Amino acid sequence: MSENLESVVKTICEGFSNEKSRMMDIVREVQENFGGVSDDAMDLIAKQVQTPRVEVESVVSFYAFLSKEQHGNVVISLCDDIIDRMFGFERIKGVFNEALGIDVGETTEDGSITLETAPCIGMCDQAPAVMVNNEIFTEVSGDTVTEIVEQLRDGVAPERLRRRLGDGNNSNPLVSAAVSNNIRKEDEVIFAPLTCGNALKKAIAMSPNEVIRDIKTARLRGRGGAGFPTGMKWDFTRGAQGEKKFVICNADEGEPGTFKDRVILTERPQLLIEGMVIAGYAIGAEEGIIYLRGEYNYLRPYLEDTLQKARNSNMLGTNVMGKEGFNFDIRIQMGAGAYVCGEETALISSCEGLRGDPKNRPPFPAQKGYLGYPTSVNNVETFCCVARILDQGAGWFSQIGSKGSTGTKLLSISGDCRRPGVYEVPFGIKMTEVLEMAGGEGAAAVQVGGPSGQMIGPDDFERTICYDDLATGGALMIFGPKRDLLEVVEYFMEFFIEESCGYCTPCRVGNVLLKQRLQKIMEGKGEPSDLAYLEDLGNSVKSTSRCGLGQTSANPILSTLKNFRPLYEALVKEDQPFQPTFDIQKALGVAKGIAGRSSMHFAE
Amino acid sequence: MSENTITFEIDGVEVQGTAGQTIMQAADVAGIYIPRLCAFDGLEPFGSCRVCTVKVNGRFQSACTQPIAEGIIVENDSEELLELRRNLVDMLFVEGNHFCMFCEKSGNCELQALAYRLGIAAPKYPYMFPADRNVDATHKDVFIDHNRCILCARCVRASRDLDGKNVFQFVGRGPQKRIAVNSRARLVDTDLNVTDKAVEVCPVGAILTKHVGYSIPVGKRKYDHTPIGADIEANKK
Ligand SMILES: Cc1cc2nc3c(=O)[nH]c(=O)nc-3n(C[C@H](O)[C@H](O)[C@H](O)COP(=O)(O)O)c2cc1C
Ligand code: SF4
Ligand code: SF4
Ligand code: FES
Repeated sequence: MSENLESVVKTICEGFSNEKSRMMDIVREVQENFGGVSDDAMDLIAKQVQTPRVEVESVVSFYAFLSKEQHGNVVISLCDDIIDRMFGFERIKGVFNEALGIDVGETTEDGSITLETAPCIGMCDQAPAVMVNNEIFTEVSGDTVTEIVEQLRDGVAPERLRRRLGDGNNSNPLVSAAVSNNIRKEDEVIFAPLTCGNALKKAIAMSPNEVIRDIKTARLRGRGGAGFPTGMKWDFTRGAQGEKKFVICNADEGEPGTFKDRVILTERPQLLIEGMVIAGYAIGAEEGIIYLRGEYNYLRPYLEDTLQKARNSNMLGTNVMGKEGFNFDIRIQMGAGAYVCGEETALISSCEGLRGDPKNRPPFPAQKGYLGYPTSVNNVETFCCVARILDQGAGWFSQIGSKGSTGTKLLSISGDCRRPGVYEVPFGIKMTEVLEMAGGEGAAAVQVGGPSGQMIGPDDFERTICYDDLATGGALMIFGPKRDLLEVVEYFMEFFIEESCGYCTPCRVGNVLLKQRLQKIMEGKGEPSDLAYLEDLGNSVKSTSRCGLGQTSANPILSTLKNFRPLYEALVKEDQPFQPTFDIQKALGVAKGIAGRSSMHFAE
Repeated sequence: MSENTITFEIDGVEVQGTAGQTIMQAADVAGIYIPRLCAFDGLEPFGSCRVCTVKVNGRFQSACTQPIAEGIIVENDSEELLELRRNLVDMLFVEGNHFCMFCEKSGNCELQALAYRLGIAAPKYPYMFPADRNVDATHKDVFIDHNRCILCARCVRASRDLDGKNVFQFVGRGPQKRIAVNSRARLVDTDLNVTDKAVEVCPVGAILTKHVGYSIPVGKRKYDHTPIGADIEANKK
């Protein structure tokens, strides 16, 4: 065991006070320093923070960005989202393979560069995208790939790779990202001009209960997908017993096709922070956490700086804005590549330094959340709405949008349209209008709300976007008439299999079975009874899964069986020839290898 | 009757429990069997197998984790729920390699017994025949056969909460999730003892004790004559 490893691990652990609840930060730093968390490193961490070694391995083996195996100093992750597949994933993968001489999952012979794929990294409006360590490159062409590889070969560090900087704060020296905001439509809630501190001043002039009352009057509902009334959640958290309380901002944004929180974090972080401070005041919390997905690590220095500026102007810290006795500060918790960590109880597990397994409910986070204390978890956009409501008034807010769905919604639009990007629209807008705005009039299908949502066809385009009709966290993926929609469904099922935490039977096993049967149908081997099989199995997974991931993972299949049934019917036929479910030659493979001959009973 | 008494209904029968109990705990006392695999008396509820799924006021919930509440209407023994449970048990069978005819646990196995009770003769899903499940027989008295593990975490909880040891924990995620032991790889390098509760609680033949195989012959085992759940149903007044 190298002395260097020993001393660095020790220093890293001590940097987090040898606190096991900071395991995520510890293993992330070890991974960054050594390109992996080796057996030796795990032993050392376990000893240093006094936890069973298997607990460390349990965490390391859960997250996609962490690995026991040694990676190169440079890790290139190709975004393998469905939209990226439509816009050149295979092509740029080929160029990387050629230029590096390795395939996905491999490391160059000199051990310096590892090539990987990642599910949606939140750049669907500028696909194909690639991550080189923390640096992001979008609309990547073959030439960009060659250029990146050449520079890396010349020893250029990822953060110094040449790039064309994006618009807005993407060009801020602390961000310097080749990412575009693509803000196509601004409305009055999120993207209206900003006056820092007004909302907070108004909030602390009221009592916490009055603040919550305002949020209720505005009828604000969560923007993260589930649409739970925010005021009610805060009321529960405020009323719950607990020495301390916590506010958590869910900036995990892992739903494929969603990228609007990234744009808020780039252009309106002040609004988000203000909303979180107001939440802290309302529920009686002194600490806040921003759970930032690992893929957005490039925004971290800028966000840390924005937090520091908020501290300097006393929007954070002790006696916030002169309010005697009201103290509040925020830290950033980095994720490490796990979609399920967007689920609020899994997110809390992750903040506590555990595997990202969801927790049993009840108790709900409002009763017992982070470290057992009452916690309110809200989406990035939700906090921004809060700040505007306090600034402009609940009455003003409730006039925007539709009756059951007040305010505006940010949409992340990608796929087959001329103007992909982020749109702020009032709730109640029709799908046809949205398609027209985005230049996607010829759409054959729209995936509303990401893979966990539903796929709809032209018959449903007169419907409206709001909680009572087409509910969505904001992702709209547009598919033109030339796309193979079943391939899209197949990709979504792969995504859920990859991202299931594996805790419960239906999600861990059922999704694999669903995908197998779908593939059988796609290969032309399906029978009409297979459609009933998919429906029955899909509904079982939906009904019995433990968390929202499994409860929605069958939706790609169930919603297309409902809205695009002819696609399936065209592929299945009666009286298929006998199809073995078992490959005898494959099963005999090992034995044949040992014996050095083929089987006498089962001829090839 | 104390003020902690909570009255509710399971399949139309009035049941009384005390505040803080789960639906499963209250049902057990009342002599109503709700199928289960990961739940185990004396261990914290876990909620992974999902075979205890019931409907509470029309919504699906796991009975082993859901607390009772005044006036709730619970459905347990309906054809819809029985079918969902059969599907879950089927999934567990096809996910691993369960060759009951060669398994020392046969007749004492809760997975097998539950399949019989639910009337499963053969699973309706195709077998996955995973080839990456191994056997760890390094320990002198105990072995783990991952082919049969149903990831119920009874061993994890028993080792941690009853034995005070942390011998077991999960690694990996999704279909790659596995039980691992608190050492670099081998069971022999942990402080597991054959008398640990963790060894006893495994519902299937994944953790087995060496040297005692077939001391009770097949045909005379726990579930050979009485179905699983019969002990609970005996509580019925
Ligand atoms: C698998 C899964 C992933 C989720 N991902 C996110 C996410 O990335 N961001 C988010 O805000 N909510 C996500 N949610 C919803 C959260 O659980 C939670 O409802 C939300 O953060 C609450 O915030 P809100 O009330 O402001 O919407 C996810 C839920 C599930 C089941
Ligand atoms: S449904 Fe079950 S296996 Fe799937 S992510 Fe949720 S808890 Fe994990
Ligand atoms: S080894 Fe046994 S007790 Fe442990 S998780 Fe697997 S099946 Fe459950
Ligand atoms: S017994 Fe309830 S989920 Fe397993």
